Amino acid sequence: MPWSKIKAEFHEPYAALQEDGRILSYPEAVREGLAQALAQDPRVFVMGQGVDDPGGMFGTTRGLHKEFGEGRVFDTPLAEAALTGVAVGAAIAGMRPVYFHNRPDFLFLAMDQLANHAAKWYYMFGGQVNVPLVIWSCIGRGWGSAAQHSQALQGVFMHIPGLKLIMPSTCFDAKGLLIAAIGDPNPVIILEHRFNFKQQGVVPEEMYGVPIGKGVVRRPGKDVTVVAISHLVLEAFNAAQELAAEGLEVEVIDPRTLRPLDEDLILNSVAKTGRLVIADSGWKTGGVTAEIGAMVAEKGFDLLKAPIIRLACPDLPTPAGYSLEEAYYIGKEDIMKAVRQLLQ
Amino acid sequence: MDIPLILPQETLKRLYYEMLRIRKLQLKIEAHYLENEMKTPIHLYIGQEAIAVGVCAHLQREDFINSSHRSHGHYLAKGGNLKALVAELFCRQTGCSKGRGGSMHLVDVAVGHYGSSSIVGGGIPIGTGMGLALQMQKRPLVSVVFLGDGAADEGVFYESLNFAMLKKLPVVYVLENNQYSICSHVSARQAGDNVFHAVSPDLLFSAKVDGNDVLAVYEIAKQAIVRARSGQGPAFLECRTYRLRGHAGCESQDFQGYRPPEEVEFWKGRCPLATYRRRLLADAIITLAEIDDMEKRIAAELIEAFNCARQEPLPQDKDLHLYLFCE
Repeated sequence: MPWSKIKAEFHEPYAALQEDGRILSYPEAVREGLAQALAQDPRVFVMGQGVDDPGGMFGTTRGLHKEFGEGRVFDTPLAEAALTGVAVGAAIAGMRPVYFHNRPDFLFLAMDQLANHAAKWYYMFGGQVNVPLVIWSCIGRGWGSAAQHSQALQGVFMHIPGLKLIMPSTCFDAKGLLIAAIGDPNPVIILEHRFNFKQQGVVPEEMYGVPIGKGVVRRPGKDVTVVAISHLVLEAFNAAQELAAEGLEVEVIDPRTLRPLDEDLILNSVAKTGRLVIADSGWKTGGVTAEIGAMVAEKGFDLLKAPIIRLACPDLPTPAGYSLEEAYYIGKEDIMKAVRQLLQ
Repeated sequence: MDIPLILPQETLKRLYYEMLRIRKLQLKIEAHYLENEMKTPIHLYIGQEAIAVGVCAHLQREDFINSSHRSHGHYLAKGGNLKALVAELFCRQTGCSKGRGGSMHLVDVAVGHYGSSSIVGGGIPIGTGMGLALQMQKRPLVSVVFLGDGAADEGVFYESLNFAMLKKLPVVYVLENNQYSICSHVSARQAGDNVFHAVSPDLLFSAKVDGNDVLAVYEIAKQAIVRARSGQGPAFLECRTYRLRGHAGCESQDFQGYRPPEEVEFWKGRCPLATYRRRLLADAIITLAEIDDMEKRIAAELIEAFNCARQEPLPQDKDLHLYLFCE
């Protein structure tokens, strides 16, 4: 997307990641994880529209078809419904497919196979047939991506039992969670965000997995907990740094996985701060902020000193024009405002 | 024109036995269904037995099949465990899907049956992907997809055929055109004849066959499966047949008035079992005593399966959450 070309590359600011180590860009980290999985396990293959084109899915699959052969990294017809079923079938029959999609919007075309089949197969057949499938997709934003090229559908996928759902926010996690997803015996959906793709961070060279279902504290703090998803982790972190100058200590939680959700990490943080802001790039109603908010209200009501604040996109299709986009999306300023409001 | 009975006698008898076994199971399910012990939506295969049997006769244990909500026949023809099927209808823990699937979601991994989908058309791309896996694994096996004419209305059918042709996958699509999707006749849903016959035979071996003639199905399926197994690509077989019962449930539960009684009578006269039995007897391939013996064996097997199923344990409350994720 042209928008991201405007955004300069930058280093991830998280203290834990500023230690010495090799620096990779976000797409390089994803690509390395894929290449290592392909090299290690002959069952792994990569499919998707344009995975073998010069762009290589924002660089994440670039050149892999030359390295591993066109039998293992191949282009697909524009038939998301059937090709998702093909991936499900291949997984059932012993392969480890990784199906790349440019944008989650197109996953709506694949919903029958994802929700009715992949998510159900293990349960419906009494634990006899599992579906080790990875679906990778990247949320768009900006430059008029508009209503059909920018949808953040995590709330939809989080609703469906039987699917694991991952949303990384760092280069380290993008590689490690991808490797963990490929190794997982269940269907896993990875929703990336295009805004993460200009990041550079420390990424170890070896093959490693980041555990699915475990979140992480990106910044400790005692006054307010901010649970932020995907690229909003960075927004929350930057908000916390600025608020620190005002004497407000914000704890930033990155769940990394939405299903299963690391509930303990969130509840433990709320136990400390008593105040919670949840920031997600999806819609507000019935979405990720609603679910996490309800979970805390249900399991940690006594811990709360103030009402939960949810920051999410308004319940509207994304507008194309940049002035309206500006009004539509949430970011650092909204998080700072919410934190101040909670501490008034 | 009738196909001459040139197959070995044992094969000819075996085909009859397999069809009879499926029919008798269907009739037994139907006879007991209103007792409400089998609390699961049944979709009987009565009238279509020749297709599952004629096709599966060419399959090895390791070959894959994929079917639909109307799947009892495919399951048995592929060698699926009868007791586990009946226990599944009774919603038991010992059912083939451990009481989580029911009549529409059968599975028997040991014989290459990795689960049927009740989303019409849902199994088509899955069976296609299983064919892709076989090709990648360089195994000389085939993946057979059974689908109905309703599933041929779905877009995934055409998407899957295209992909199978593109990659030359070892997949055989067997369309059982029983002419009705619930109460909607195929002519209300599809324009003219099915379009895929226009596809070049280089890309897709395709044929139309009388689905009520087990030998006709057997012959064409043999060509399609041998071809797919040897890497020559996918095949599509349209088997014309008729659903002698309603969409779901037993005969007395069928809707009235959506199809002419004389049409049903016509197809009852073309019953795949009765017509084949007449031929076998006329050509002295089989004797009445042999048929009687088959019927007795099957009846005993069914009685045992039903008795066992009634006594098996139900899944327990405490196990409700099992099997969401594979560890």
